[in-house]
Amino acid sequence: MCIIVGVRLPPRQAFDKAQRMKPRSAAVALACLVAALVCATPVAAADRLAELRARGTLRWGADMQGGEPYAFQDPDDSSHLVGFEVEIAAALARRLGLRAECVQNDWLTLIPSLERGDFDMVMNGLEVTPARAARVAFTRPYYAFTETLVVRAAATSVHGLADLHGRRVGTLSGSLAFDLLRAQPDVEMVLYEGVEEPYIDLEQGRLDGVLLDNVIANRYGLARPTLRAAAIVGDGTYAIAVRPDDTPLRDALNEGLAALIHDGELRDILTRWRLWDDRQAHLANSSTATPAPPVSGLTTVHLLLFLRAAGFTIVISTLAMAVAVVGGLALSLARRYGGTPLRAAAGIYIEVFRGTPVLLQLYVLYYGLAAVLRLDAFTAAVAGLGMNYAAYEAELYRAGIEAVAVGQTEAALSLGMSRRLALRRIVLPQALRIALPGIANDFIALLKDSSLVSVITVVELTKQMTITAVDVRGWLLPGLLCAALYLGLSYPLSRLARRLERRLTPAAA
Amino acid sequence: MTDGVIVSVRGLRTRLGQTEVLRGIDLNVRPGEVVAIIGSSGSGKTTLLRGLNYLTPFTAGEVDIAGHRLQPGMDERRHAPQLRALRSRVGMVFQSFHLFPHLSAIGNVMEAPRQVLGLSPAAARTRAHGLLARVGLEGHGEAFPHALSGGQQQRVAIARALAMEPAVLLLDEPTSALDPRLSGEVLAVIADLAAAGQTMLLVTHEIAFARRVAHRVMVLAAGAVAESGAATEVLDAPRAAATRSLLGVE
Repeated sequence: MCIIVGVRLPPRQAFDKAQRMKPRSAAVALACLVAALVCATPVAAADRLAELRARGTLRWGADMQGGEPYAFQDPDDSSHLVGFEVEIAAALARRLGLRAECVQNDWLTLIPSLERGDFDMVMNGLEVTPARAARVAFTRPYYAFTETLVVRAAATSVHGLADLHGRRVGTLSGSLAFDLLRAQPDVEMVLYEGVEEPYIDLEQGRLDGVLLDNVIANRYGLARPTLRAAAIVGDGTYAIAVRPDDTPLRDALNEGLAALIHDGELRDILTRWRLWDDRQAHLANSSTATPAPPVSGLTTVHLLLFLRAAGFTIVISTLAMAVAVVGGLALSLARRYGGTPLRAAAGIYIEVFRGTPVLLQLYVLYYGLAAVLRLDAFTAAVAGLGMNYAAYEAELYRAGIEAVAVGQTEAALSLGMSRRLALRRIVLPQALRIALPGIANDFIALLKDSSLVSVITVVELTKQMTITAVDVRGWLLPGLLCAALYLGLSYPLSRLARRLERRLTPAAA
Repeated sequence: MTDGVIVSVRGLRTRLGQTEVLRGIDLNVRPGEVVAIIGSSGSGKTTLLRGLNYLTPFTAGEVDIAGHRLQPGMDERRHAPQLRALRSRVGMVFQSFHLFPHLSAIGNVMEAPRQVLGLSPAAARTRAHGLLARVGLEGHGEAFPHALSGGQQQRVAIARALAMEPAVLLLDEPTSALDPRLSGEVLAVIADLAAAGQTMLLVTHEIAFARRVAHRVMVLAAGAVAESGAATEVLDAPRAAATRSLLGVE
């Protein structure tokens, strides 16, 4: 068992966590936020071990969203974590004379957070890959896994990745399976951020296969009767990562792991979690000898991928905005001029879509309704963002219509115009002009909110940034490039909006 | 409708909330006649005028205007065709102009002929040019309302109303929002219209102008007709107390 001592939640992951977090632990997490930030001070490596002993705790980073069986909230008591890694951490800490403290951190940013000094080590299904070994120091492994390709039970002809050329295969970004799939250009890779979602999509037919560690495949994929394991595509090990200069800590952890292996405690833990198999017997002979490849910088290929992702961001944002502008107009007209039921329906729509997170709406639209409404990811992204923003546009139009003086309608009616004609020719053109700056601002906000659609597997600009950051082992350069592209998209937009505004408001010219 | 009468108002009553603003108004107007409606603030002048094209609904009585009948309880939605037909024959000029700010001066004048009468762009433009010239604004057609003075705006508004070739023109304090210098140019336009035989009902505070242009003057006081008759009679020899007080005669 381990007490959650600190949680850093990037805003866009907040919903994922909230989904799994009960209110009390969310409050605990919030209370610990300050503590986590204060404690995040890097310490000189040499006296790290002495420092830890003085503090009495071994802080390790993990993401509870990774879920069962790694490290997750105890369903019976949400303030505690359980999982085989939680038990290994506790056993290791005990052998070092310390107490284990788990720090919640988004899985994709575990290594940057380790480097920042948010915790002493990372243990969270972190696969030993050459890319990672170049950046952190790995201990000896504590688990040996295989990469399991899961397909629909009905797909009896699939026996390996070779049978899935031209098909869609899901995985987690930043995983070893991600690297394996990337080496197969004939297979279309689809990226997820949770372990449950790819198997949902596989069942729904949005995917033709899922490649993930067998630990995940067994729990989340093969538990579904409609799915089956098609092949083992590769293997690897999980190990603990520490900062490269933290050699004394790594040596101490290696000794601890060796002891856990030799006296059978690791075996007991893995058996209890039904994870023990023949592969684990060889752990006693494993070492960490992984050669580090040369670190690649940003290449032309990366730049092209960035541009493509930026293109996706533009296309999704533009289409979603078109949906929002048209839908918002319909909503505001229904709310103002419709009959009672229509008015009520539009009102409810606006309140619901404005009052709930767009991330939740995307999840519900794509995963929640998958059984009855099977949208592809792109359509779901455009529809989800568009429907959300329609609620905001409707309010902008409403404010615009209300700002047009009653006298304008009266003047139009007194000329023999119908109410509809007066609305279309006289009121709406003026309302639109009043709403335009707000609409332009919303478009810019939508451009940035479009990064949320990565949760439903669309690779847009921000997602490309996180993928590249893992590739080049640095967030700064991809982050700046990403920011520059967003700015390059939004700045002309705000200029255009200002020009439009001037054109439509001759008085202000 | 009685022969030779283009506006006939009988027993018009209007209640706004708890207040009875109009308490039984009768009025007949012959084609080509100019009737000035005067009275102190709150006497019901504007409510009466707005009742004649039903922008302000009335609660009792009957109105026949330009061949159309208005009755109490008519509804903007349910009686849309009747109201549209009536309003396209009865023009209105507002105290604060209400020009369409997103359209140029000529766009304002062309809008209703294009959209309501279905005139071709060329025909509507020709008509609008003529009307702008008539109100002394040739050469200002492309200007937007914000670029025009108040007097020019009100003259565009008059041209806009005339573009529908109304049988009756209602003018609601057309110069109240203008300073005296600018009122003059608007009053000149209205005088021209009167001379050309345009039937008009004019709510105004400009007594001197009413004396000069109106054939008849109707004085309202507390929602009722205090006095009505030929302009010279009413204004030069006021009998009702309300008229005397309005004219400052003791």
